[in-house]
Formats: sequence, C-alpha cells, structure tokens
Amino acid sequence: MEKSKLLVEERQIVVPGDILAEGMDYLPEQGTFREDDKIIASNVGMVSIKGRLIKLIALNGKYIPRTGDVVIGRITNVATMNWLVDIGYAYEAGLSLKEATSDYIPRGEDLTQFYDFGENIMTKVITVSRAKMIDLTMKGPGLRKLKGGRIIGITPSKVPRIIGREGSMVNMIKDATNTQIIIGQNGKIWIHSDDPLNELKAEEAIKFVDNNCHKDGLTEEVKKFLEKK
Amino acid sequence: MKYEKRFSNRKFDELREMDAKVGIIERADGSAMFKIGKTIAIAAVYGPRQLHPAFLRNPQRGILRCNYNMMSFSGSGDRVKPGPSRRSREISMVIENALMPVLDLSDFPNAVIDVFIELIQTDAGTRCAGITAAAMALADSGLTMKDLVSAVSVGKVGDKIVVDLDKEEEDFEGGATDIPIAMTPRTGKITLLQLDGEISKEELDKALKASRDACNKIYGLQKKALKEKYGDKNV
Repeated sequence: MEKSKLLVEERQIVVPGDILAEGMDYLPEQGTFREDDKIIASNVGMVSIKGRLIKLIALNGKYIPRTGDVVIGRITNVATMNWLVDIGYAYEAGLSLKEATSDYIPRGEDLTQFYDFGENIMTKVITVSRAKMIDLTMKGPGLRKLKGGRIIGITPSKVPRIIGREGSMVNMIKDATNTQIIIGQNGKIWIHSDDPLNELKAEEAIKFVDNNCHKDGLTEEVKKFLEKK
Repeated sequence: MKYEKRFSNRKFDELREMDAKVGIIERADGSAMFKIGKTIAIAAVYGPRQLHPAFLRNPQRGILRCNYNMMSFSGSGDRVKPGPSRRSREISMVIENALMPVLDLSDFPNAVIDVFIELIQTDAGTRCAGITAAAMALADSGLTMKDLVSAVSVGKVGDKIVVDLDKEEEDFEGGATDIPIAMTPRTGKITLLQLDGEISKEELDKALKASRDACNKIYGLQKKALKEKYGDKNV
C-alpha cells in the first residue's frame, strides 16, 4: 500500500474543499470528511493534528447548544405555560414553568412578573432533542435574571479563549476593570459595573481578545492592553 | 462574422481583473464581495434562522433562500427598475440550485439560510459574480460545505470562443453566445450551466474546457480572500 501523505501543517488555515491528507492512515474528525482516500475540510478552520486524527478548530459559525451549557438568553415570548428564549441558535429554546421557579404559581397568574419580554437571563440547557427542541432550566447555582449592565456578542467558538486557562483571562479583565462578567457558552457576555466607563473598558478588552484570538502570548498582550487604558 | 481582437484588448482566454474580500458586512453571519471587471457583487448570509412563512418549512432539512438584486443605479446605461422582477426571480432560483449541492442542511430542519446578493455595479456576468461571492459568504458564515463554488461565463463571440464576456461582447453585432457556468473546483462538477445563443457541440466542448481553467483561477482568489480574513490573526 502506498504511504499516506499529510498535505497541511499544524495551525494552518484551510477553507472548505481543501485536501488535508491522502491515504487511509489518517482519520477525519470534526470539520473534516473522507472522500475516497482523501480527507477534506468542510469548514473554514485551523488544522489541528493529534496522532492520526485530523480536525479543524472552528473560527466562525453559530452557536450549537449542548446539554449542560450555561448560556445567556433573552425572553422573546411569554406563553401560558412557558417562556420562549432566544439563545442565538436557529431555533428558540423553551423554559417551562416547572424549570423556571420553585414558587407556587396559581392558574392564570401573569407570568411576566417572573420573566418579562426582553429580559436577559442566565440559564442552562437541559435537553436538546433531535427535532431541535431545546429545554432550559433556571434551577442551578448562579442561574438568574441579569439586571442592568450590558450584553455583548462574540464568536461562540472563541469563548474558551476569553475564559482562558481556569478562568485566567476573564479574571484578569474583571480585576483590572473592576467589573462583574458572566460568559455564556453561546458567545453572549454580560458585563456589569457601577461605573459604565468600567463596563466600556471591559468590553474593549473582550473585543481585543476576540480579534486577536490566535496570537501566541495573548494573556501578556491583554495585560499590556489593560494597563494602557 | 469575424471577431479578431477583443474590445477590451484581453486575450481570448483572459479574465477581467478580479478582486475579492470576505467579511465586509459586520452584522451579517457571513459576507463577501467579488469584483470582476466592472461587475461588483456583494453577498450576505443570515442564518440558519427561523423560516417565515411557515408553509415553506421542510421538516427534513433546512432550505436555502437566495435573493438576487440589481440595484437601480447598477446598470451600464438605463436605470434598473427596483424591486423583484421575472428575471431576478429566476436568477435567484438558479443561484440556489448552483449552491445547494455543496451544502448540507440536514442539521437545520425547518430553518432557512438567507443569502442576499446585491449587484452594485454591473457589466455582464452578474449571476456568476453573485454565485462566486455567495460561496465565499457561506463559507465565512461557518456552514458545513463540501467545496466552494466558482462561476464564470464563457461563450462564443463572432467566431471565437472567449472567457468572461463583458456587456460589449454580449451585444456583439455578429452574434454572441453566453454560457454562465458554475462548478465545484475540486471535483470539477458543474452546478449551473445556462446557454443563451447558438453553439456547435465541438465549440461547446472547447468552451467548457476553457471555463475549467478560468474557474480554477477564480477558486484561487476565493481561497486567498477567505484565508486573508482568518489568516491575518494567525501571523
């Protein structure tokens, strides 16, 4: 059998249709697929090779919910038995009465007194069905309504970089700007501070991370960026 | 009728000057600009998102909805009447068909991917420029794609097979045949082929061969533009 050939390097940017490897020795993972004996990219992404596995680190794309994700959503509809929440996915997610509160709610109660139109909540995904029905819960540590502050959006695939190793990046931004920050897995970030200028500073720092995501020594650069402010 | 030398002084297999840029519209999920000669196409992708009206929904897979539009000031000459027309409706449909083979929308039942293609300046070859821009915009939006799609118009002007006709050539007195072609460059499969005019079998073969080389050139530019947007951050 002919020897397998790798046609790309680690961390190289590829586009859909690019041939990554030839031969059967390599295996396609996330963002790639096999056609005959070739492995081909199906997304724009950065190549990551682990042994025989070739995968792409996504650089763009919408949020895809997974069970257990903590996300930030906005109430878009209040129905008789549930709320509908926009979590930045193609489909709206549902928050049922049972999962929203442990209070006793009499029949016919006005549900807007719990969560009203346009309000932002920090919530958790409990199930994602095959028919794309997403169920949310408010029962869990820290899950609550988000009052005040501002919400900004970043590319969902860059959330791990904003958080940093064990929260190093976000903690640095929090300390330097004296703000509260909550990061949802869906790329929505809530920033709150008593002083709006601090919020603005934190927002700029997060945008900086978002735009310079793939640089080496990013933590140092952000440190410098924050000191300049 | 003889056609000795092209009006634009190009070689017969030479494309007009091209330019491509990805990520030009901030609020869109994906966007791109493609310029070939005086024709400029801008494509914006929104979605996957909820589809309205609901009767269009497909519970098996998401649908692709393209909207081709020539802006009123875009033509070379008269003002283009704004709004949808029979022509723009048809071109929207053929663009959908040209892009659909590379997309896998089975992950998004009942949803829609909207592609808006705006022509801000036109000099023939608009549907091809639109497809080329839309393919880049779709890749930019992060959708799963088997391949990109590149498109070019080839044809016969007078007695010569030419690549990338401009408006002057399309209106050539001695008769011109215009063949817009879109293909997936890696596999060479054709996703759009239209023909307006007359051409013999042998000449069509020749034209198709010429379109392959031209599409590969466009493909190279598409890749470069996409990598430029994401690659910059890698340096």
